[in-house]
Amino acid sequence: MCTSIVEIIRAEGMAQRGDDWFTLAQAVVTYDHARHAPLEDVITLDFVDAGSARAGVELTLESARALRAALDRAIAAAEFEEAEVRGKGAVKKAA
Amino acid sequence: MTFYRGMTCENVTIKGDGGTPMSAYAARPEGRGPFPGVVLIHHAPGWDELYIEFTRRFAHNGYFAVSHNLYERAPGNSPDDAAARVRAEGGISDAQMVGDTAGAVAWLRAQPQSNGKVGVIGSCSGGRHALVYASTRSDVDACADLWGGRVVMTREELNAKTPIPPIDMTNNLSCPLLGIFGNDDRAPSPEQVNAHEVALQQHSKVYEFYRYDGAGHGFFYWNRPIYRVEQTNDGWAKIFAFFGKHLA
Repeated sequence: MCTSIVEIIRAEGMAQRGDDWFTLAQAVVTYDHARHAPLEDVITLDFVDAGSARAGVELTLESARALRAALDRAIAAAEFEEAEVRGKGAVKKAA
Repeated sequence: MTFYRGMTCENVTIKGDGGTPMSAYAARPEGRGPFPGVVLIHHAPGWDELYIEFTRRFAHNGYFAVSHNLYERAPGNSPDDAAARVRAEGGISDAQMVGDTAGAVAWLRAQPQSNGKVGVIGSCSGGRHALVYASTRSDVDACADLWGGRVVMTREELNAKTPIPPIDMTNNLSCPLLGIFGNDDRAPSPEQVNAHEVALQQHSKVYEFYRYDGAGHGFFYWNRPIYRVEQTNDGWAKIFAFFGKHLA
C-alpha cells in the first residue's frame, strides 16, 4: 500500500540514537508499508531533530492502539500530579 | 564456458533537476555493447539496497542500468533516514523528480555503450514516478509501473508537489507501458488499476497490465513478508520480455 497518511507535530524533548541524544524538533506519525519490521502495513513513529538525526519505530496497529492507551493513562496520571491535588482528597478520574 | 556475464558497477554523479549533482549507481554488462538502457526510479523507502540489487539484475540481463538517488537533497545519515525526512515532507515534487530522472536518462544516452534506447521502471512511488515521467517527457522508449499508488487521485490529494493525477496525463503517455499489480493491494486498489486501464484504452495507448492473485503491495521484495515467489518470478519474466521487445 502506497499511502499519503502522515501526521506531524512539533515536539519538545530529546531522543536517543545509539549513544547520542539529540534535541527533538518534530514527531511524525505515518501508516504505510513497513520498511524494516517483518510486517505488512505499520504505524511508523519518527522522532527527528532540525538536522539529520532520527529515531524511528515501526509498530503493528494493535501495538499502536495499546501505546495510545498507555499514553492516555500516563498523561491522565501526570495531569493529576501536575495539578498538585494528590493527598488533598481529590479523586483521580479514570483515563 | 562463460554462462554468467561479468559486469561493472560504480557510483557516478549525474546532473539532476536544475543541474544539482546527484548520486547514482550504474551497472553495465561486460563488453562493448551496445546495450539498451534502463533507469530505475526507487520506491518510497528510498534509494535502498534493494534498488541497487535491482540495478545489478538488469545489468546481469544485458542492460546498462542506472538508479539515481531522488532523496539526495534530504538530510540524513542513511538512505533510510533520508526517506523518513522525505516522507514527513509529503514526498518529493513530481516536477523535481522529472528533472532528476531526465538527468539519469541523458547520462545513459551519453554513454558510449548505449544502443540509443532507454526504458524507465519503478515500484511503489517509483512506479507512479515512472508513469509521470513517461507522460511528461518523450525521451524514453518503454515504461514499467510496478504497483504505483496514487495514479488515481482525489481532489483532496492534489497539492503543489503532485498537482496532476497521473491518470489525467494518459493522453501524453509517450511510450508503451507495462503495469504489474497485486490484487490484494489497496493503493493501488484493483478498482484504480481498472480505471487506469480504461483511460489507456480510451487514449489508444500501447500497454500490458498483469494482475496477480495472492499478492499485495511490493510482492517482489524478497526481504519482506509480502514477498510472493511465483508471482515475482512471473513478473520479472514479463519485465524482461517487455523491455526486450521495446528497447532492442
